[in-house]
Amino acid sequence: MWVLGIILAIVVVVAVALIGIYNTLVRKRIRCQEAWSQIDVQLKRRYDLIPNLVETVKGYAAHEKETFERVIQARNQAIGAQGVQQQAEAENMLTGALRQLFALSEAYPNLKANENFSQLQEELTSTENKIAFSRQHYNDSAAVYNVAREKFPNNLIAGSFGFEKRDYFEIEEPTHREAPQVSF
Amino acid sequence: MAIETYHTLIAKNKRNTVLLVACFMLFFVGMGMLIGYVWGRDMLFASVVAGIAASVAAILTLTSYFGGSSALLGLSKAKQIDKSADPQLANVVEELSLAAGLPMPKIYLIDDTAMNAFATGRNPKHASVAITKGLRSKLTREELQGVMAHELSHIRHYDILYATLIAVMIGVLVMLCDVFLRSMWWGAGSRRRSRRRSGGGGAEVVLIIIALVLAIIAPILARIIHMAISRQREYLADAGSVALTRNPEGLAGALAKLSGDDEVLEVANRATAPLYIVHPIKNFEERSKSVFDTHPAVGDRIKRLMSLTT
Repeated sequence: MWVLGIILAIVVVVAVALIGIYNTLVRKRIRCQEAWSQIDVQLKRRYDLIPNLVETVKGYAAHEKETFERVIQARNQAIGAQGVQQQAEAENMLTGALRQLFALSEAYPNLKANENFSQLQEELTSTENKIAFSRQHYNDSAAVYNVAREKFPNNLIAGSFGFEKRDYFEIEEPTHREAPQVSF
Repeated sequence: MAIETYHTLIAKNKRNTVLLVACFMLFFVGMGMLIGYVWGRDMLFASVVAGIAASVAAILTLTSYFGGSSALLGLSKAKQIDKSADPQLANVVEELSLAAGLPMPKIYLIDDTAMNAFATGRNPKHASVAITKGLRSKLTREELQGVMAHELSHIRHYDILYATLIAVMIGVLVMLCDVFLRSMWWGAGSRRRSRRRSGGGGAEVVLIIIALVLAIIAPILARIIHMAISRQREYLADAGSVALTRNPEGLAGALAKLSGDDEVLEVANRATAPLYIVHPIKNFEERSKSVFDTHPAVGDRIKRLMSLTT
C-alpha cells in the first residue's frame, strides 16, 4: 500500500511539472508571435504616414521632384515586398529615401518652420523608433523563448511537442554607405 | 567597477533584493516572536503574536496596494494628458511600451517647475507615469526616453508592490515595538514571571534586556534595510531603462541635468519621496551618500550607466 502511495505521489509531481513546462513554452511562443505581428503593425503605420508627408513637403519644395518620387517608389516597393529578406532591403531603401526628404528641410527654411512638417517629422521619427523597438522586443521574446526551449529539462518536452527554434530578426544595416543605392 | 552588461546587472540586483527582503521578513517575524515570548514566556503565544503581526502587515499591504495610485496622483497636482496635448511625450511612452511588450500606461503632467518624474500603479495593466512640466521642458527626446524607460522599469519590476510591502512591514514593526516598550514600562513581563517557574530568573532578565534593546534599535535598523532595498531598486530601474532603450547615455544625460537642479519640488513630501526618480526634497548638497537615502547618489548612477556595455 505504502509503495503504491509513494509511486502515485511521484507520478503526480512529475506530471504537474511537465504540464508547467509545457505551458511556459506555449506562453513564450505566443509572446513571440504577438511581438512578430506587432512589427507589421508599425510598418503599416509608416506606409500610411508617408503620402501625407510628401504632400506637405511638395507645397514648399515643388521642384525637388526626384526626392519625392524616390520616396513614393521606395514605399510602394516596401509594401509589395515578399519574404523577410526582400522586405528588409526595401525597408532600408525607404529609410534612406526618407532621410533625404528630411534633409530638404535644411535647404528650405520655410519648410523647416512649418508646424505641420515638424509634427510629421516627429510622427515619422516615432514610427521609425517603434519599428526598431518592436523588432527589439521580438528579438528579446525570441531569446527568452529559445532559452526556455533549450535548457534542461525543458528541452526534453520541447523536442517531443514540436517547439521550434525561433530565428532572430537580423538585417544588414548600411552603416558604411553615405546614401543607399536606390535602384528600381 | 567591472564592465557589466545590463543583463548581469539586473540578475545581480534581483538576487540582492530577494536577499534583503528575506532578511527583513525574518527580522520582522523574529522580533514578533521575541516580543511575544517576553510577554507570555510561551513559544505558542510567541508564534501567535508573530502570526498576528504578519497578518496585519499582509492585510495592510493588500489594501494600500489596491487603493494606492489615485490618492498619490491627486496629491501631486497631476493632470492626465492624451496624445494631442503632448505628442512627443505620448510617442516616447508608446515606443517604450512596445519595447517592453507592456500595455501603455496613463500619462500625467505635474504642474511644477521642479524637475522630477515618477511611476505608480499596482501592475502593468493599471499603471501611470507622471512627469513635471519643469523636467519635460528641459530634456531632449533621447533623455526623455531614458527617464520614461526608468519609470516603466519600476512598473515592470513591480517596485511599487515592493515599496508598499516594506513600508507596511516597517509600520507594523514600529507599532509592535512601541506597544512592547510601553507594556514593559507598565510591568507586563514581570507580572507573568511570578506565575511561572521561579528558576531561571537571570536568563529571563537578560532576555528582557535584549528584547528592550532590540525594540529600540529595530525601527532604525528596519529603516536602514528599507533604504538599502530602495537604492537597489533604483539601480535596477536604471539598468532596466538601458534594457529598453539600449542607450545608457539618454538616462545619464537626464540625470546629469537633474543633479544640477536644487529646486525643491513643492508638492512632494516624505511619504511620496521614494517614488520619484531623484529625491524631491533634498537640495543638491544633501543629495550625497547616506544610509538613509532612498535614492543612490546621482554621480554613482551616472557612473554605473556609462560603464555599461550592451
